[in-house]
Amino acid sequence: MISVGKIKQYTNVLDKPLAKGKQEVSLSAFSFLFSELVQYSQTQVDNIAELERRLEDAGYTVGARVLELLCHREKGNRRETRLLGILSFVHSTVWKVLFGKVADSLEKGTEHEDEYMISEKELLVNRFISIPKDMGTFNCGAFVAGIVRGVLDSAGFPAVVTAHFVPVEGQQRPRTTILIKFAEEVLRREARLG
Amino acid sequence: MATTTTGTAAAAIYSLYIINKSGGLIYYKEYGGVGGTGRMRMDTNDSLRVASLWHSMHAISQQLSPTPSCSGIDLLLADSFDLHCFQSLTGTKFFVVCEPGTPNMESLLKVIYELYTDYVLKNPFYEMEMPIRCELFDINLSVAVQKDRVALLGR
Repeated sequence: MISVGKIKQYTNVLDKPLAKGKQEVSLSAFSFLFSELVQYSQTQVDNIAELERRLEDAGYTVGARVLELLCHREKGNRRETRLLGILSFVHSTVWKVLFGKVADSLEKGTEHEDEYMISEKELLVNRFISIPKDMGTFNCGAFVAGIVRGVLDSAGFPAVVTAHFVPVEGQQRPRTTILIKFAEEVLRREARLG
Repeated sequence: MATTTTGTAAAAIYSLYIINKSGGLIYYKEYGGVGGTGRMRMDTNDSLRVASLWHSMHAISQQLSPTPSCSGIDLLLADSFDLHCFQSLTGTKFFVVCEPGTPNMESLLKVIYELYTDYVLKNPFYEMEMPIRCELFDINLSVAVQKDRVALLGR
């Protein structure tokens, strides 16, 4: 249920405080809406790669807006300009606002310099979703990957972001890893900044 | 409380059925492993037959009932089993066949209904009225049934 707290009425919109406090939306309502989004997207595509792309695009616009909003609300109209800064902004601030918690982990890829991973034991959007066997490695986390891409891209860190299932030892369910591969220019700029 | 569940220990639930509003079996799960009772395993045809039979009986009972606005049979008591049925508002029926006198079945059915609404209806890859093939539903269902068994053993 959308939490209906007492909302103070302000006569002037400018008197309203920026911080919104804790506002939560019903998980069920969100899940049904997300489920419809996936179902609708499915009717518009021919293959799984396209479905993934559609979900990602839907997330991208969310990400771009979220960045705008959070920079304003949480950061006093400043945004991160450094790689690690923006990554931890995504990992903590963005995650907390969207999913009510900080992401489980943020790691640097071991094989490639330009890869970072945000892992989540159970991604909120995947809470009620079972992927049919015939869809292979498809992950509805593509939507979240899109959000991350939207945030990074709008902040000037173009990257390719994908969502993957990664099996965890001793666990029945795989976790979801959001893999971020930054564009070359980002790393070059980062190196220049030192 | 510390009893371990062995094959012969209380396997109170025999089987679980979920049927859609037109009487088609969309989920069937057998909880076997009771040694010594000599219960036959059901084949697919039998379970489909039981499902549609129950659907019809349920519908007929609604019409034959002397009380107005009867919602159908909730409980069927037989010598060798009890059958508890729960019908959701949309006409999906959940029923369990269990050992005679097994308590708590109504609440278990409610729990199963809740799992159905969560892990089946919120799953974008599930098609309404079609057989349920959702991994998360299976996982959480077996947890719920296991919990119910442990609760029984603890009594």
